[in-house]
Amino acid sequence: MTVNRRQFVLASGKYLVMSAAASRAVGYVLAGSPERAPGYSAHDHWWAMAIDIDLCIGCGGCVRACKEENDVPLEPFFFRTWVERYHVPEGDIEHPMVDSPNGGYDGFPERYREGDGSKNFFVPKLCNHCAHSPCVQVCPVGATFESPDGVVLVDKDYCLGCRYCVQACPYGCRFIDPRTHSVDKCSLCYHRITKGLTTACCEVCPTGARTLGDLKDPSDPIHEFLRTNMVQVLKPQMATGAKVYYADLDGSVR
Amino acid sequence: MRELFKDKEHLVRMAGLFGVGLLVFVVLRGVLIPADFGDLGHYRASALDDNSSVELRFAGRAACELCHDDVAAERAKSAHRSIACEACHGALAVHADNPEAVFPERPEATPLCVACHEANVTKPAWFPTVIPDEHSEGEACDECHMPHAPGFEEVGSDG
Ligand code: HEC
Ligand code: HEC
Ligand code: HEC
Ligand code: HEC
Repeated sequence: MTVNRRQFVLASGKYLVMSAAASRAVGYVLAGSPERAPGYSAHDHWWAMAIDIDLCIGCGGCVRACKEENDVPLEPFFFRTWVERYHVPEGDIEHPMVDSPNGGYDGFPERYREGDGSKNFFVPKLCNHCAHSPCVQVCPVGATFESPDGVVLVDKDYCLGCRYCVQACPYGCRFIDPRTHSVDKCSLCYHRITKGLTTACCEVCPTGARTLGDLKDPSDPIHEFLRTNMVQVLKPQMATGAKVYYADLDGSVR
Repeated sequence: MRELFKDKEHLVRMAGLFGVGLLVFVVLRGVLIPADFGDLGHYRASALDDNSSVELRFAGRAACELCHDDVAAERAKSAHRSIACEACHGALAVHADNPEAVFPERPEATPLCVACHEANVTKPAWFPTVIPDEHSEGEACDECHMPHAPGFEEVGSDG
């Protein structure tokens, strides 16, 4: 067998620098073609996301990356993930001002003033990949489901476009794709996480404000995150089994 | 007994209709419901493969750093070390797949820097921000800062 220089550098670099999972991921990337993940066993994973409010700088990188990776229509009504800006007048957590210009795609032009006694922060949002999803329960044909690894997915070929799930989602995470008339939503980048890569939004997040986690992997940093932070999910009263955990979430966020 | 089944005509028709209906139902059900529906739950098991066979656009920083180890080393100690390459360079899986065929453009620095570093009340206090007009007076950010290692202490120059 002859090995040229590039192949040698690639192969040795891979084994020296990276863990097994990462080198497998790179293998997929360099192979190029869209492939299913043969070595992946859905039953060995239980995916979740950790979001640290204090780290989000509202750059909108996640929104742009998500639209690009998942071919989401660019019109400002369609988002698989988006970022909201909260402005909470002092103490008045029942009346926050919330806006999300184009979902945060173009960043957030300044709107508020320093020192007016308010509290200001960004909240990235996405599908909560609920373990007991209302959207799954209402689907009349089984076109949306909780996968064995804890991801709420859509079967676009099977979807009728009836919109029940759009109404059922308490978090407003679903939309009808105007091109296919099928429902669409965050898939937690299922095509990436099954190949050992992280989601597009987590990949580009400059501060680590959002990180993908595997709750079934004892060595995953998400356990440390859940242990050392005060965490909350959105709308816990709905008992949806949401798996997007927010650290330092303010009571005004809904 | 014979008396009882004297007028059986309508019963036979009913049974016949029922039988045909059942047959149609069973055949239609067999044709319409995919074979793998219900293997894992109330859905098509192959929908998992549909979802996992979407094409990648972002290669991930591990892939970039394999070949661009010089840039990786340059960034390793910088304030930007936690930022993935494609946060600034955009999705480049096509380039990582085949670097000879796709040569990426160099991104323009200033709009990138401003998107993250422009002062904004909502940004957390720990994050270093500037008011671009006052800070750089119209100069491009990379006149003074190096995008891969933007601080000054780590390159040892005075800017
Ligand atoms: C398989 C190896 C390989 C991988 C993986 C790879 N590149 Fe490259 N890249 C190259 C080569 C080869 C060139 C051309 C270098 C040259 O001609 O100077 C190049 C050129 C570039 C350039 C242009 C350099 C210039 O001088 O303008 C950029 C930017 C770049 N790569 C970024 C990336 C990013 C970001 C990634 C990760 C998504 C990546 N590359 C992944 C091999 C690779
Ligand atoms: C903070 C944003 C940012 C990040 C993160 C970043 N780059 Fe760059 N990179 C730039 C900009 C801006 C330029 C263009 C500089 C210029 O025009 O001279 C550049 C230029 C380059 C070039 C060509 C010039 C050179 O220095 O060789 C390569 C190759 C490159 N980047 C690769 C990478 C790789 C690989 C990574 C990840 C390890 C990365 N970049 C991360 C912003 C970034
Ligand atoms: C994707 C978002 C992003 C982009 C784009 C970006 N930065 Fe940064 N920058 C960061 C983060 C995150 C840090 C780390 C802050 C920290 O950890 O304190 C940082 C740190 C810095 C620092 C160091 C501040 C210090 O206290 O040492 C400077 C200077 C800087 N960036 C300048 C730039 C310049 C110039 C550009 C354009 C080439 C740029 N940044 C582009 C996110 C970004
Ligand atoms: C004329 C040279 C020059 C230009 C142009 C310039 N900077 Fe700076 N920048 C500096 C110097 C010097 C420092 C370090 C001294 C300081 O902290 O003020 C600095 C510091 C920074 C910091 C860290 C501030 C902090 O609080 O720690 C950031 C962020 C930054 N610059 C971003 C930018 C951005 C974004 C641009 C483009 C709009 C830019 N710079 C253009 C010279 C420059």
